[in-house]
Amino acid sequence: MIELTEVSKVFHEGRPNQCQALREVSLTLERGGITVFRGPSGSGKTTLLTLVGCLARPTAGRIRLDGQLLSNLPERFLTEVRRHTFGFVFQQFNLIRGLTVLENVMLPAYPLGRPYRELRAAAQILLEQFGIGEKADNRIEWLSGGEAQRTALARALINDPVMVIADEPTANLDSARSREVLTLLGELALQGRTILISSHDPLVFAANHVKRLIELRDGCIAGDCPC
Amino acid sequence: MLITPAIVALHGIALSVAGTVLLASGFAGRILRRWDINSGSELQLRLERRTYLISTLLGFSLGAELLSLLLFVQTAESLSSQFIGAMCATGVLNINHFGFPTLLLKIAVFFLAAVWLLLNWVDNQGRDYPLVRLKYGLLLLIAPLTVMELAMQTAYFLGLTPEVITSCCGSLFSAENQSVAAELAGLPPKPAMLGFYIMAGLIIAVGLAFLRRLWWGPLFAIGCLLGFGVAIVAIIGFLSLYVYENPHHHCPFCLLKAGYDSVGYALYLPLFAATAFGLSAGIIAPFHRIASLHKVVPGAVRRLSWLALLGFGWFYALSTWLILRSHLVLLG
Amino acid sequence: MSTFLERQKYLIDYTLSALRRRKARNLGLLLVYTLLVFLFSSVLLLSQGLRREAAALLQDAPDVIVQRLIAGRHDLLPAAWLEPLRRIRGVGAVHGRLWGYYYDPVVKANYTVMVAPERGLATHDILIGATLARIRQLGIGDYFSLPAATGQALPLKVVGILDSASELLSADLLLLSEAGYRSLFNPPPNTFTDAVLTVRNPREARTVAEKIALALPGSRPILRAEMLRTYDAVFNWREGMVFVTLSAVLLAFVILAWDQAAGLSAEEQREIGILKAIGWETGDILRMKLWEGALLSLTAFLTGYVLAYWQVFYGGARLFAPVLKGWAVLYPDFRLTPAVDVQQVLALLAVTVLPYIVATLIPIWRAATTDPDAVMRG
Repeated sequence: MIELTEVSKVFHEGRPNQCQALREVSLTLERGGITVFRGPSGSGKTTLLTLVGCLARPTAGRIRLDGQLLSNLPERFLTEVRRHTFGFVFQQFNLIRGLTVLENVMLPAYPLGRPYRELRAAAQILLEQFGIGEKADNRIEWLSGGEAQRTALARALINDPVMVIADEPTANLDSARSREVLTLLGELALQGRTILISSHDPLVFAANHVKRLIELRDGCIAGDCPC
Repeated sequence: MLITPAIVALHGIALSVAGTVLLASGFAGRILRRWDINSGSELQLRLERRTYLISTLLGFSLGAELLSLLLFVQTAESLSSQFIGAMCATGVLNINHFGFPTLLLKIAVFFLAAVWLLLNWVDNQGRDYPLVRLKYGLLLLIAPLTVMELAMQTAYFLGLTPEVITSCCGSLFSAENQSVAAELAGLPPKPAMLGFYIMAGLIIAVGLAFLRRLWWGPLFAIGCLLGFGVAIVAIIGFLSLYVYENPHHHCPFCLLKAGYDSVGYALYLPLFAATAFGLSAGIIAPFHRIASLHKVVPGAVRRLSWLALLGFGWFYALSTWLILRSHLVLLG
Repeated sequence: MSTFLERQKYLIDYTLSALRRRKARNLGLLLVYTLLVFLFSSVLLLSQGLRREAAALLQDAPDVIVQRLIAGRHDLLPAAWLEPLRRIRGVGAVHGRLWGYYYDPVVKANYTVMVAPERGLATHDILIGATLARIRQLGIGDYFSLPAATGQALPLKVVGILDSASELLSADLLLLSEAGYRSLFNPPPNTFTDAVLTVRNPREARTVAEKIALALPGSRPILRAEMLRTYDAVFNWREGMVFVTLSAVLLAFVILAWDQAAGLSAEEQREIGILKAIGWETGDILRMKLWEGALLSLTAFLTGYVLAYWQVFYGGARLFAPVLKGWAVLYPDFRLTPAVDVQQVLALLAVTVLPYIVATLIPIWRAATTDPDAVMRG
């Protein structure tokens, strides 16, 4: 369970281009299912996900994960929490060119120092699950958009996180591929993982297993409805 | 003044160490004034990022200082042909008043940097960085030492004009002289050896007790420092004699020569490492009372003190073997 | 512990593949880096080889050389001085030497001409150094003549060529008999160029020298130790000067290294952003980048050092020989005895690898502290 209490985030503090991305947002996210954040660009949904996902620290307010206070943790410990708790899928896939599919999937586990054989096997299993096992030794550049996003999903799961954060996961995909990815995310939700998605794609709002839709506007919560 | 590549290099190292440590302590000063772990302001985030830079700079300084220490002794050794009466590094270091103080400062900076880095490593495991103030305060203490080292070393090399008649280890460390160094050399071997092995026993005993109970920490730290001192005295007093198989050659530097199988490296490197580890372990131990370090300190301390004990153990074993191997008879 | 090692292995693995991916850029830096190490090691290895050679030669040098000075200038030494020298307590054998420099306009070079009584040469017989023989294209049994001090040509017969093992000093050497020397240079009778003496107890050399200076006003005793010291000082000084000169190159390299580390490509910046977003910590990136520097440095250092070693000891040391060897016009063609020295390697590390690290520390840190959320905000 994640609790946000009056969380604010300010960028470029004290400078002329100062901007307040979030204004005193309070929110409680329960475990399980898919929660979608929607809103126009600049509404603060991505910023909210970076705060929840321990990618950044709020300027003010408190964030708790299962009762443990995260908002005053230095980056070093935020990373530690993030590694074990969250997996990330990005809009641009953000895979590293020049490496193979398998290596890309293994990357998040490098700093943990898991034995190589074990890690390699785990990555291979994930790729098989997503139906791209035979592409393991291919370079990333040769993948189609759908395959790239599935690789990114496998990468998000390599450290076996309880939550997956997906930022606009369907933005660069056609409808068929988008549905595919949403189905996969739905399966993950069924396995008991918590999925947080930011999107303005109607396909996402209509997907199965979406249990909550939160709307953001100008850094505040404008609507919150269970589906 | 002499210009040789090694001296140019030593100046370069001293300058870069003083530079990096000054830079680091500049940042440290700001951290001491503005640190607020509970704030999420951009200033605090910037300060937290600076801590990574500071520890990297200190790590660099530690490595550079070790390099400088070795190079300094080697350079003194190689310059001995330039000075009448200086037959080895001791004589060259003794040419003016700045030689030995430079060496001591290098050793001090090395130990302080090592302690700082280990302290930093422990602090980085505590979620609220509980040792921030202590750490950066200590850094402000190291900075003037590095500047002093730079100044001393410059003065030393500037004062090196060939043809100054100097004493070499034969006369500096010979028993007739009246200096402190000579007193070390004039130690009667039997009590000196007895003291050496009593110290060895004490360190190992305190170390083992420390592995069980953390409150032995400060005592162990002091013990390690004393052990280091006693070890150096022992090397000058009798160990070197056994290695050189010559009852009057008391030089602690000639051990590094290839002619004696460079056995000095096998003695000094573990001794320095063990002292650094033991000192840090003892200093870190009391912090187990801090809540956020409660879980971290015992493990860290245990690992460090094992390393220290292994280092000292190796040093004592090797020393004993050198004594037994030697053909020299000191104890009738 | 094993996790720690495993982690380092992963970091090295990633670093290697990152270096491979940016081959052109890294090869450029590696090349310059290697060249830098090569230059500095060449200077050090060469001058150290020369110094060792000189020391080996001086091993056989006399304990004390006595010269005569008149008005501060070297002058011929009267034979009458030899007797008082012998009477000084502690002095062993004493004998006078005849030697000088001969300028040969044909090859525009100075020869070192020396009388070698121990060789038992006839008046017109000579022994010559290998370089001299090569330059004047002389073999054993050949005749050639040199204009003597009296103006007449002096015919000389080459009866042997000196062994080239110690060619550094014997390169331009010409050995002949006393009679031959006197007809070539025509010095006043009963004079020598200088005198050499052995001292029974080498530790007393300094005392003996003091006694000589007292007994014979106008004499200048030179100790072997002093010669050694002078050689060392000369080489040290030359080496140091070459080093200071090379520091301009070093500065250029430092700027290049800084620039390369600071000016990350957009691609590389994106990669670091991704790594941080997917769970790498600032410290991991720092370590990865430090490994990159360490691997580059290690490769450059080993390659540069080995190349320099080969160049100096097997390739004739063409690069810095003119600066370091100094005065001679007839360059000897010689091989130095290979040797590796700890001090030298330490000094080399300090002037090549250390500046590289200093130059890259801050850029590396900047790169490593990229915001983890940069990828999402991008």
